Amino acid sequence: MSGRLLPFRRRASESERPSQLPGRPYPPGGRPGGTATTIPTPLAASRFRELILPHADAAYSLARYLARDPVAAEDITQEALLKAYRNVDALRSEPRAWLLAIVRNAFFDWRRRGDERLVGGAIAEAQMAEASDPDQETAEASLIRRGDVVALRAAIEAVPEPFREALVLRDLEELSYRQVAQITGVPMGTVMSRLSRARRMLGERLGVMETAS
Amino acid sequence: MSACEDRELLLHAFADGELDARSDLELEAHLAGCQKCAAELQGIRQVKAALAARPLGYVAPKSLLDRVEAAIAAESSPPGAGRRTGAGGWLIGGGIGSIGALAASLALFAIIPRGASLEAQLVDAQARSLEAQHLVDVQTSDRHVVKPWFNGKVDFAPPVVDLVGQGYPLVGGRLDRLDGRRVAALVFHRRAHVINLFIWPGAGPAQPVLERKDGYGLVHWGAGGLTFWAVSDVDPHDLQAFGQAYRAATG
Repeated sequence: MSGRLLPFRRRASESERPSQLPGRPYPPGGRPGGTATTIPTPLAASRFRELILPHADAAYSLARYLARDPVAAEDITQEALLKAYRNVDALRSEPRAWLLAIVRNAFFDWRRRGDERLVGGAIAEAQMAEASDPDQETAEASLIRRGDVVALRAAIEAVPEPFREALVLRDLEELSYRQVAQITGVPMGTVMSRLSRARRMLGERLGVMETAS
Repeated sequence: MSACEDRELLLHAFADGELDARSDLELEAHLAGCQKCAAELQGIRQVKAALAARPLGYVAPKSLLDRVEAAIAAESSPPGAGRRTGAGGWLIGGGIGSIGALAASLALFAIIPRGASLEAQLVDAQARSLEAQHLVDVQTSDRHVVKPWFNGKVDFAPPVVDLVGQGYPLVGGRLDRLDGRRVAALVFHRRAHVINLFIWPGAGPAQPVLERKDGYGLVHWGAGGLTFWAVSDVDPHDLQAFGQAYRAATG
């Protein structure tokens, strides 16, 4: 299919500036649709309901894990779904990956917009510092081993970016390396090393992987 | 002490089934003789297993989906046309109380056009189960609770197995309706995803067959005078594996 990569290519062409800072995971801009939104065709609504809406949970889930804030995740998901609706005519294939790329961009927009993230970020940092208390870590590891969903989610949230998004996209959303690379705009090798770092951090918390030497 | 440095990333790709056949064989040969890499692979698999054992994804709140629907309805009706959208228009003639509940049920059943293909109905049923937050009527991972729950609700006995060992934990059961008849729906989780397994009397292929529709996978088979349709947005290979595991577990 010739249009296979189209949604991603479209995103790349709209991204004016390449990522400037070395190691900076997220190039600014590059949002599908951008601001020059076309008026959706009459078929857009049914196409949206059929192809995009079934992936609303995946979208919200990614937003939750990126923003680590349920209220912000709702805003981000809503913005992303509406953006997907307005641009659904541009969708060629892989609707879930396409939508998740839009969610990710909506997350960066949100993060750029507000200062509240400074507060949220500070809280998250503090939580991570707390979690590195050895006793608490042991308790947490045993909770995680017992399959406690809350503890597992917290452990995922404690993995720093950009490793967390690689982990969520691959191990929760089960996207292929190729799709994760397209969504995050980095080469496959980078996806692999991020995933490896993320799993090691999680594995250390679970006590099933050794600390990297 | 961890894996050989040049093989660390390959071990992850190996565990993810992302290596080509040649690299796969090469790494297997290396693993046979390298304890460090074998231990590392074991660790990777344990992390993946921990993430796969429970549904860790989040479900989009109903209020969020409602807001999106409202925004789309507003955008898709031409300005000034005064067109009634959605179930609201349906209700004028009814004029009954409990409008909310009625509107909800109308909206759910109105989306299935008469004579829609079975596959389309199945996909709709899957989407409906997620959107209406009516995933299960009986929520339990205990198959000994789910199976008797269907007694008297459907005129057949759906075989219920839990495939938690294979990474498909049972969430519960639900009554659903397809083609005007009552069917049993069993709900399983696969990581962040939901698999609906619809069962009713009928025939089907002995081995699970995979189809695709609208971004969903459908796996279909028949056994013991019952027809089985598994529907989900998981990786189609996983859905196929689910069908095979279920087929095997129910003899």
